[in-house]
Amino acid sequence: MTASELSGGFAVAAWDGAHAFRAVLNAMARPGTIVALSAATGPEPISVAAATVLLTLCDRTTPLHLAGDHDNAALRTWIAFHCAAPIVAAQDAAFALGRWDALQPLDRFAIGTPEYPDRAATLIIDNHDFEGMPARLTGPGIRGTAALALPDARAFVANHARFPLGWDAILTSGRHLAALPRSTEIR
Amino acid sequence: MTDQAYNFAYLDEDTKRMIRRAILKAIAIPGYQVPFASREMPMPYGWGTGGVQVTAATLVPEDVLKVIDQGADDTTNAVSIRKFFQRTAGVATTERTRDATVIQTRHRIPETPLTEDQILVYQVPIPEPMRFLEPRETETRRIHALADYGLMQVRLYEDIARHGEIATSYAYPVEVAGRYVMDPSPIPKFDNPKLDDCPAIQLFGAGREQRIHAVPPYTRIRSLDFEDHPFIASKADHACALCGSRKSYLDEVITDDAGGRMFVCSDTDFCAENAKGDA
Amino acid sequence: MYVAVKGGERAIDAAHSWLDRARRGPAEQPVLDTAQIRDQMSLAVARVMAEGSLYDPDLAALAIKQARGDLIEAIFLIRAYRTTLPRFGASRPVKTGAMRIARRISATFKDVPGGQILGPTFDYTHRLLDFRLLADGALPATDPAEACETLPEPAPRILSFLDRDGMIETAEPDQAEPADLTREPMELPAERALRLQALARGDEGFLLGLAYSTQRGYARNHAFVGELRIGTVPVEMEIPELGFSIEIGEIELTECETVNQFKGSRTEPAQFTRGYGLTFGQTERKALSMALVDRALRWEELGEDGQGAPAQDQEFVLSHCDNIQATGFLEHIKLPHYVDFQAELELVRRLRDGSAGQEDAA
Repeated sequence: MTASELSGGFAVAAWDGAHAFRAVLNAMARPGTIVALSAATGPEPISVAAATVLLTLCDRTTPLHLAGDHDNAALRTWIAFHCAAPIVAAQDAAFALGRWDALQPLDRFAIGTPEYPDRAATLIIDNHDFEGMPARLTGPGIRGTAALALPDARAFVANHARFPLGWDAILTSGRHLAALPRSTEIR
Repeated sequence: MTDQAYNFAYLDEDTKRMIRRAILKAIAIPGYQVPFASREMPMPYGWGTGGVQVTAATLVPEDVLKVIDQGADDTTNAVSIRKFFQRTAGVATTERTRDATVIQTRHRIPETPLTEDQILVYQVPIPEPMRFLEPRETETRRIHALADYGLMQVRLYEDIARHGEIATSYAYPVEVAGRYVMDPSPIPKFDNPKLDDCPAIQLFGAGREQRIHAVPPYTRIRSLDFEDHPFIASKADHACALCGSRKSYLDEVITDDAGGRMFVCSDTDFCAENAKGDA
Repeated sequence: MYVAVKGGERAIDAAHSWLDRARRGPAEQPVLDTAQIRDQMSLAVARVMAEGSLYDPDLAALAIKQARGDLIEAIFLIRAYRTTLPRFGASRPVKTGAMRIARRISATFKDVPGGQILGPTFDYTHRLLDFRLLADGALPATDPAEACETLPEPAPRILSFLDRDGMIETAEPDQAEPADLTREPMELPAERALRLQALARGDEGFLLGLAYSTQRGYARNHAFVGELRIGTVPVEMEIPELGFSIEIGEIELTECETVNQFKGSRTEPAQFTRGYGLTFGQTERKALSMALVDRALRWEELGEDGQGAPAQDQEFVLSHCDNIQATGFLEHIKLPHYVDFQAELELVRRLRDGSAGQEDAA
């Protein structure tokens, strides 16, 4: 274990966690809104925003899937030390972290059941390109319409079509974060 | 002054994370009741433990907290909960709706319109809108899964047949974003229109029943009704005896033992501001 | 007058200081020592530990003192304290078969290896007020431990004799990690392990009433007390760093195993079934009640007919057995409900006015 694997956690857990949660809550409650997060730093390639989300929401009770180059020894060690989330296969994950391409195919992730639609995965789509072509969003949390660049709008259209089932997405890059719950309609 | 013996906002970080995850799922599935592992709080179940846990998981140190019960800041349980957060979170508190960033409420939505910078946290006794039609959770869970709300329609219709109108005056059921039927907690139906298209985030916590549900901002909330019997947000047909408002929800106060009574705003902040001419 | 609802903060402070004075009682009386409560009101302490789900006689005694003897209030204090405690891990399952026994009876066999030991029981006391206790607290002439010729050895479980002959359903050890109902929301239908957890911390009075209802015919399950034992067991914890387990303390438990209604068919030989109760401290009414209710709740897995009896209805039992949930919600109706009552008042007035049923009800 190296120093960098042990560093980069929250300075004051209760306060950093509270601020980060409020930012994530605002993002999830207002799809299209981009918020800034910067309380945690992990080993490559995880962004500051995604690292902050992990420390805010994950712990030993939340199975986490690491996809693509996010599944590396240094990041695993950092996660084990800072939030202790068990690393699992995609179908068992409450949270999944990776680049969009690495998270494919998405039908591996839990979408909940009709009785318990909350038992669905939250995808943390890291290193997302917020500068891409924006999609038009409508639905709960959005006054009129909102705009947000999406990695592949069709996947989000298909995900929304099975509402109230579906996964929910958190998009991160650098210090930036946006969220797209399954309730959002893509126009 | 924060009590150093406890973590910020009382709850430990594991518990806050668990509640935060439930809140996010509740936001993602508007109106669906997310089960959460409600903790035993140092106040009784039924006295706001759900709201307190949601508030505790939501607060940041810079928040300005307002706590109301029956619309008033100075009712005993509101005082008690406000003190709890002053002591354990050290946050600033206010009685002014417009100055608050987080408002915990029991039984009312403030009269002053809420803004995008606010979160309204409701204390919820029974989150299940179908409970008194079907007490079994195993059944109501199926009802929500299938969106099979015929039982509710029948009940409302029977009300009309018997009484000539829908005989529900508070905890009036609503449909959230065209999918889940939700109990908005025991607010008077007068407050129901404020749920709809509200700029603030609305979070509902039921501690004893271990459920959290939510309404994101700008969400369509429809009070259940029939075309020929549309929903009407009613209140006592009087003006407030203190501030003169005719548009706020009123409490009835008995003033003597000879049938004397007066009507005053239930929202004490609104009433005071209105009396000053600021509302 | 409207100001009546004002001044909540001062009223609360005044109520609290009145409560403190009322708790203390007259100043000329000696103050109650929590050690006295712990040692002389030990059955109250046991109930508070059992339903508070926290084994700590000193804290339970403190809670009883603070609650002025209101045991449900004391249980509430313990529960609220318990949730704030960090968790270091889970102990190994305790071995009640190796219990150091203070009391052990069987209603199914006249004599059993290890013997029957009455222990400190009220069972055969004549319930006559003992006015000597008003005056003094003199100890009885003989020490009960001396009265026993030898201290009882760990005694084999009585149900194991039936088990050996195949006369009773086998209870295979279950290696699955049980869910923790204090850390996860209850999901219905609940497995037996979770049901037993809920019953173990459930209200004694509620379970007593339910158990009694089964005896009176609401899902009768023909319970015989196979064995009731009270005593102490060591608690061991696995220490991963050491690679072995160490004893971290000792707790008193009451365990009740009932032999119940047999099952069987043309193809399956008849066999008795089991009910189980396990509680902290000397709490035998609770352990007996728990065993009967546990057995009643098992009707489905044993292939019995549902009679619609309250004790068979797990959603009903599990949703209502917790006295802290129940008392909180019951007592919350003391809180102001002006707003909803006003809404009802106005509705009823309108319905009485007869304006309803016509064009517009507003």
